[in-house]
Amino acid sequence: MKVWKFGDNVDTDQIIPSQYLVLPTMREMAQHTLEPLAPQFAQQYKAGELLVGGHNFGCGSSREQAPTVLKELGVKVIMAQSFARIFFRNCINLGVLLIELPEANELEQGHEVKIDYTHAKIINKTTKKEYEMVPMSDFFKKIVNSGGLVDYLKNKN
Amino acid sequence: MAMTITEKILAVHADEKKVTPGQIVVVDVDRVFTHDVFGPLVIKAFYKKGLKKVWDKEKIVFIGDHEVPTISEQAGAQYQEIVAFAKEQDLKNFYYGQGICHQIMPEQGYVRPGQIILGTDSHTVTYGALGCFSTGIGTQEMANIWATGKIWLKVPPTIKFECIGKWPAGVYSKDLILHVIGLMRADGCTYKATEFTGPAILDLSVDARLTISNMVVEMGAKNGIMPVDHKVKEYLAQRNIPESAYTVFQSDADAAYEQVITIDVSKLNPTVAAPKGVDDVMPLEKVEGTKIHQGFIGSCTNGRIEDLRQAAQILKDKKIAPYMKLVVSPASKDIYKQALQEGLIEIFLDAGAIVTNAYCGLCYGKTGGVLGKREVAICSNNRNFAGRLGHKESQVYLASPATVAASVVEGKITDPRKY
Repeated sequence: MKVWKFGDNVDTDQIIPSQYLVLPTMREMAQHTLEPLAPQFAQQYKAGELLVGGHNFGCGSSREQAPTVLKELGVKVIMAQSFARIFFRNCINLGVLLIELPEANELEQGHEVKIDYTHAKIINKTTKKEYEMVPMSDFFKKIVNSGGLVDYLKNKN
Repeated sequence: MAMTITEKILAVHADEKKVTPGQIVVVDVDRVFTHDVFGPLVIKAFYKKGLKKVWDKEKIVFIGDHEVPTISEQAGAQYQEIVAFAKEQDLKNFYYGQGICHQIMPEQGYVRPGQIILGTDSHTVTYGALGCFSTGIGTQEMANIWATGKIWLKVPPTIKFECIGKWPAGVYSKDLILHVIGLMRADGCTYKATEFTGPAILDLSVDARLTISNMVVEMGAKNGIMPVDHKVKEYLAQRNIPESAYTVFQSDADAAYEQVITIDVSKLNPTVAAPKGVDDVMPLEKVEGTKIHQGFIGSCTNGRIEDLRQAAQILKDKKIAPYMKLVVSPASKDIYKQALQEGLIEIFLDAGAIVTNAYCGLCYGKTGGVLGKREVAICSNNRNFAGRLGHKESQVYLASPATVAASVVEGKITDPRKY
């Protein structure tokens, strides 16, 4: 999958600026995803491509619209050196997989990356480098695999 | 069995004798709130689950504070959605335009020591100053709590800030928390509990302590908790909450901390966070003289009565500099009324300020003084991300209310100790 690379401290005001929060549908809101940092992102991003950040991805406001617009555009996995905690919870609860990779800064815009879940490895096909992936705890995995918290709880009950 | 305050509160609510960092616990929640912007999302998620009744209507609070009075047709529609839900569920804890959620919650007596309080806003960490565990969550999670009264939490390791020394004149709790964020950086406390203790914290009023807890999220922290002393008990007693109505937890002397950092406040100077990060912290003198176009005094960080008093003391019998804009947004209606009685509002108006209703105001970045291209502002709120308060090329310095007041008088960033 192709890498979309962002830096440190990507805050939720950058992921979805507050002036768009009133748009009536997620589809309309999603057209402005990451607009301050990459004005063409929503138009150019193809579902399934890999979002990569530096430290503290998703910091700032608790707005759940931030992970939701990403999910709306087809983001399934986000990789970063670290995530802000509310964003982390929101992603898990929406069924977006987060991978903390200390070496995420070595991935660059346009790199081709493969995630080998079976062997817990991340392979950068462009640089031929391999990274160990810290597996997600079973509790979080169950929520993500159910498609989010709501569905997890529904199935559980 | 030694534990920190945070661990003790989580243990009691999870019905466990002992919890340790890293453990995931399911806890009973004591109180939750949501505001006008995220309320409709929680309602939608609640219905999507096929739920009909909330778990406990007394424990749910609605506070309309971001887009009040309604700033657009959409905001009007959101308000109607919230009202319809509140009526359907018979939710009586309903506030609209009465002040900022993080002021209303403690001020109106919804916060007690030892409790777990969650809100759909990242600055829910504010109430840690009253000795409770409080933090921000997303809207799906809130819908789930509305239904079950429970949430999963990962027990965080704690970083302790031991604050000692005498407070110098012109240096406030805002300067301390900015300094700490500068030390830890924007992600230095991610997933961690923070605890602020020591004589310099106990010297502060409850208002000033709330400022510190409010901003811990800017370094990623899960909460920012403080010990409960007589000042907190008095604050609660003024709200008809007797000591018998809550439990005070204290960290054990041998509790395990991930890190203990000692801060001597007597060495602090007026401090600012420069554009464009809350952790771009520096002593004010490094940017002294920077030309500004606007000042803002308000927000859940620094819009309380003590903040207004400190600003008014400097602005009394003075005018803001020519062509300068100053916006003052009291944090609640009660604070507004108190400020009127004390003559503070008159001082602001005479100085040339625009005084708004009690709401989030400019801090939300959509109304109340939105900045134009390349405008520079000095503000008492908590965030200066690029574009947060207006145009993406606008610049925001964060500082204490006193620093903002001194700066608008001179039209440039100014040390409040001059006044």
